[in-house]
Amino acid sequence: MDPIREAMLKKSRSAKLEQRGRLISLFCIGLIVVIVASIFYFVASKGLATFFSDGVNLWDFLTHSVWSPGVKDAHGNPQVGALPMIVGSFGVTFLSAIIATPFAVGAAVFMTEISPKVGRKILQPVIELLVGIPSVVYGFIGLSVVVPFIRGIFGGTGFGILAGTFVLFVMILPTVTSMAVDALRAVPSHYRSASLALGATRWQTTWRVVLRAATPGILTGIVFGMARAFGEALAVQMVIGNAALLPNNLVSPASTLTSVLTSGIGNTVMGSLENNALWSLALLLLLMSLFFNIMIRWIGKKGELK
Amino acid sequence: MKKWLNLVLILAAGLMLTACGAQSQGESITAVGSSALQPLVEAAAEQYQTDHLGVFINVQGGGTGTGLSQVQSGAVAIGNSDLFAEEKPGIKASQLVDHQVAVVGITPIVNKGVGVDNVSMSDLRRIFTGEVTNWKQIGGKNQPIVVVNRAQGSGTRATFEHWVLNGRQAVPAQEQDSTGMVRSIVGSTPGAISYVAFSYVDKTVRALKVDQVAPSDKNVTTNTWKIWAYEHMYTKGQPQGLTKAFLNYILDAKTQTKLVAKMGYIPVTDMLVRRDATGKIIK
Repeated sequence: MDPIREAMLKKSRSAKLEQRGRLISLFCIGLIVVIVASIFYFVASKGLATFFSDGVNLWDFLTHSVWSPGVKDAHGNPQVGALPMIVGSFGVTFLSAIIATPFAVGAAVFMTEISPKVGRKILQPVIELLVGIPSVVYGFIGLSVVVPFIRGIFGGTGFGILAGTFVLFVMILPTVTSMAVDALRAVPSHYRSASLALGATRWQTTWRVVLRAATPGILTGIVFGMARAFGEALAVQMVIGNAALLPNNLVSPASTLTSVLTSGIGNTVMGSLENNALWSLALLLLLMSLFFNIMIRWIGKKGELK
Repeated sequence: MKKWLNLVLILAAGLMLTACGAQSQGESITAVGSSALQPLVEAAAEQYQTDHLGVFINVQGGGTGTGLSQVQSGAVAIGNSDLFAEEKPGIKASQLVDHQVAVVGITPIVNKGVGVDNVSMSDLRRIFTGEVTNWKQIGGKNQPIVVVNRAQGSGTRATFEHWVLNGRQAVPAQEQDSTGMVRSIVGSTPGAISYVAFSYVDKTVRALKVDQVAPSDKNVTTNTWKIWAYEHMYTKGQPQGLTKAFLNYILDAKTQTKLVAKMGYIPVTDMLVRRDATGKIIK
């Protein structure tokens, strides 16, 4: 066979490389999809067993406030009311997001609008460092500093939603800040120039133009922070007190979905109601993080700069 | 092409090495479960391995529930438990063989500032069911009682509630999943009460007498102190081979008097009474 004909008929070296590369990346994405799907399947099958094979009413699960899966109530139904944990989880999440947002936006404005040089050189690394601190360290600081502090001011034990909020506030602050910084930097500079050319002061430009334009990005950052707060287990568990009670106030012991999960999972037997009930909590967590993800995408799409 | 060949060679070499590693190991067993029993089993395993070269005993925590379900499914050789398998829902106790290796006494502990050092069993019950809410009601200072529980399903909690609460339900209160955490919270929170194994009592907290009986090992061996439990190592069916040898080693009188006592447990060989799974005394 002549060499030209051979070269025309056979795949070239680069075509083979391309094929191989495509195969490898396809395999990688396939693996990830399979893993995610099987996690969903596993958690859902275990979590739904509470309702289908153990006969717990879904509505009771979401609205009742007595959590002791090992004990049956007067009617012989297992007591799996997840309301205290749901309230606790949402309580710490929203409160910490509400406290963290103004600080994060303020810091971001300083880093991008007021003093970009210091922002880039000093503040950025500091914020990034905060992201990297392990949650157990935050929890430990919360336990040895925040809890006694709250006890000293409000009395009681010091454990509760307020302590959890403080710890989570510090934990999500860097996340929200760095995403807010990104959002502010993404605002095109001709917006600023145009505003200044119209005679607006820097503050007016920042407040009315830059922040307005960056709102979707900042909101995404807040939701990201909330997703992190919602899923945080260890640090919150150390300071919230882990009482499956509807909290009367911010300084009485409460619990979150994650704290009940981590403290209970080792003490239950696979396949028993106690275990399935914990999986139901895990399913709830998974659905909530899915919800946060969808929300992030939705905000991102809705607020795209056009 | 050369790079690829190298990569494949390295991978193959790695595989062969791990294969060799697995073959040259002697026997190995795994014991999983109760974190209260874990330190003892770890210490015993370490001693056993220095005496018998080539065997490998892998000890892991994970909780009583994990231990029992893993041994029941046959995933591990030994399941460590704070409870009788009969007491744990979801476990078929008839398949498992119980080996009681030690006894643990559990005592109520309080914050040092509550002004109480003896409590009657019925007052203790009323505290943990939420009927008594201030220390002054039982002769202490005017200070609200803060109950700290262990996590639901914990062996220590099950034992304490079995002997103190008499089948009544505990007041919902804060829960901690480790004894160390419980002790530090009781030590630092005014008015706090909880319960820990004897070996965890230290200067930061005060252990209460119950009905004037002091929480001591001696009172446990005669059952004068009622709140105690066996530490169990369960096997599926009768133990064999290394599992049997290791269990015999732990139950050996020498290990019991030296190691078990040193680690803060009460040797089963010291017990003057025995209990069955329902808590009845059998001679």
